[in-house]
Amino acid sequence: MALRAEGETTNKAEGTERAAARGPRAGRPGRVLAVETADVEFVGITKAFHELTAVDDLNLKVEAGEFFSLLGPSGCGKTTSLRMLGGFEEPTTGRILLGGQDVTYLPPYRRDVNTVFQSYALFPHLNVFENVAFGLRRQRFDRTEIRRRVGEILEIVDLPNYEKRQSSQLSGGQQQRVALARALVNEPKVLLLDEPMSALDAKLRRQMQIELKRIQAQVGITFLYVTHDQEEAMTMSNRLAVMWHGRIEGMGSPKDVYDNPTTEFVASFLGASNLLPGTIESKSSDVVSVAVEGGVTVHVPPARLPDLGDSRAVKVGVRPEKIGIAEVSSTVPDGYNSIHGRVVVSTFTGVGNQYIVETPLGVTVTVYAQNIGRQWAPRSGDEVILTWPVEHTFTVKPLPTSVEINETEGD
Amino acid sequence: MDEPVPPDHPGGLVVTRRRHRAGRALAPYLLSLPSGLWLLLLFVVPLAFMLSLSLKTCNPATGACVMTWHWGEFPSEISLYHQEFITSLYFAAVSTLVDLVVSFPIAYWIAFYGGRRKNFFLLMLLVPFFVSFVIRTIVWEFVLANNGVVLGALKHIHLLPAGFHVLGTGYAVMAGLAYNYLPFTALPLYVAIERIDRRVLEAAYDLYATRRAGFLRVILPLTVPGIFAAFLLTFIPMFGDYVNQEILGGTSNTMIGTVIQNQFLVNFDFAGGASLSAVLLVVALVGIYLYARLLGSRTIEEYL
Repeated sequence: MALRAEGETTNKAEGTERAAARGPRAGRPGRVLAVETADVEFVGITKAFHELTAVDDLNLKVEAGEFFSLLGPSGCGKTTSLRMLGGFEEPTTGRILLGGQDVTYLPPYRRDVNTVFQSYALFPHLNVFENVAFGLRRQRFDRTEIRRRVGEILEIVDLPNYEKRQSSQLSGGQQQRVALARALVNEPKVLLLDEPMSALDAKLRRQMQIELKRIQAQVGITFLYVTHDQEEAMTMSNRLAVMWHGRIEGMGSPKDVYDNPTTEFVASFLGASNLLPGTIESKSSDVVSVAVEGGVTVHVPPARLPDLGDSRAVKVGVRPEKIGIAEVSSTVPDGYNSIHGRVVVSTFTGVGNQYIVETPLGVTVTVYAQNIGRQWAPRSGDEVILTWPVEHTFTVKPLPTSVEINETEGD
Repeated sequence: MDEPVPPDHPGGLVVTRRRHRAGRALAPYLLSLPSGLWLLLLFVVPLAFMLSLSLKTCNPATGACVMTWHWGEFPSEISLYHQEFITSLYFAAVSTLVDLVVSFPIAYWIAFYGGRRKNFFLLMLLVPFFVSFVIRTIVWEFVLANNGVVLGALKHIHLLPAGFHVLGTGYAVMAGLAYNYLPFTALPLYVAIERIDRRVLEAAYDLYATRRAGFLRVILPLTVPGIFAAFLLTFIPMFGDYVNQEILGGTSNTMIGTVIQNQFLVNFDFAGGASLSAVLLVVALVGIYLYARLLGSRTIEEYL
């Protein structure tokens, strides 16, 4: 049974009406649309607006039936990429293939893709039924087929008996379901979602994330999802691509990209990272030693070394939750890196403790310790030793110092 | 000399607060006073005067009127001048339609393709109307004159017969009306088209709507309130207009506005003129009522 947000039911009458509608179909197996889904391929796509290059030589293949996210800060080119696939922008160069067929220059109404827009963009003059039926009517389906399909899709998005409502009478979450139904009812080969949750509050957003994954599994269509919310992208996607300045900075399964960031941008945008500048001291087949500025040597698995060319400068990274924090006298086990430091700030967050630790390296290190109720909890001012397994250490190529990673770049 | 009261003095504070509170309660009434007086003196009083005048009997020589509750003025005036009402209705309807057809593309273009110069284009649309209404109409008299710039030139190259004329016909009146009221159609249409969310249009294209379907199924329905506002703002003043008919229409095709003006200023039949004005007012009110019923009373405020 689908999940629903509590805040969505606006009055009592609506609640009973909904409950009545729910009863008979409770035991019904979820229907899967008879959908032919397709893969999507961006081949050397570049899009320039005047002087600004929004998308820079994008090469990307999204597999059929996949939930794929394009993740990045505003202005990174993710929405432009989506709009080019939707047919709202034409690329400057490159080709877009949908199920192997070149759709680069087709108008939106000739493509088998449908979009869920950021603002939902429901038709304000039409009721829910007519909103959902819009695409079917344009494709000249007959009346009984339209009625059947709209009824079915409204059940899938959990809005039965809402046909006669005006879109202005719906809550944000309901509007979003209508927008989703309006796109899905056409059984597109690929569904495009342009930050569909940005207008929802945090609680509703989490519920819709689960709901959206359920719907995707049920209908089996390729979903291409654009978001700036890294948590959202990781929660929902089979695979994701992190974009920055019109380029893909990292791509793979959420776990893969999170655990093995290959660039400094990915390391800091996707979750939090401690990045320590250093130089490669020695390389062997099973370990790489990096001298971190400040006089500590850190070991890194050779597989975690990016392609650096001739340069020996790197940044060594470790995720805050991978670091253990211990009394300064404790011994460091084999296969662990360690740094001494002093706790500057200690914050209790409920699920854990967050420590900001000052190190002799001149950088502060953030540590998350899970609240499992047993471990030693240092206080501000305590001298500590930080340890983490070598296998959880990664290195990235440092960005030129002039480049700032800024999440609020203009669109 | 009085001791200055320190700002934190409790007594002083209490006094000023109380004074503020009294002022705050009165503020809405005080603020609405000027517009209230304006409405009373320049609208309610003349309206009541006009309505009562239609029931009075007047002496045309002295202008003195006596209340006689003479309702007979209405049927007799309507039976005398119903042809002028029909002519006015016809001219106003045709000219309104012409204005809607002409200004829709203009408003559409400015709203969708005006870009940063939208305000400039709107100003360009309005600039001719900075000139007085009568002057503009007289200029149309020159434009449409039998041997003027347009007809004279066309006759000279034998595209039109020498006897052809526009001035003094209903067409000249309708042209003048359509020209003079164009901004009243174009501006509400512009407002309606401008507020259409482009993303809604994109959604329509995404949902298999061709350009044509996007226009017919999305833009046009979303413009309906604006079309109706434009219709009201244009049709009702046109209906009572007399300047265009006086200047461009010659002696034929008399409109009801001309009749009312003559009743008051030429025939000194105040009761007759007042009753015709009352009928005109009722027609206008019926129009607004139908609008409110059809499209909801809320939208009317947004566009007027």
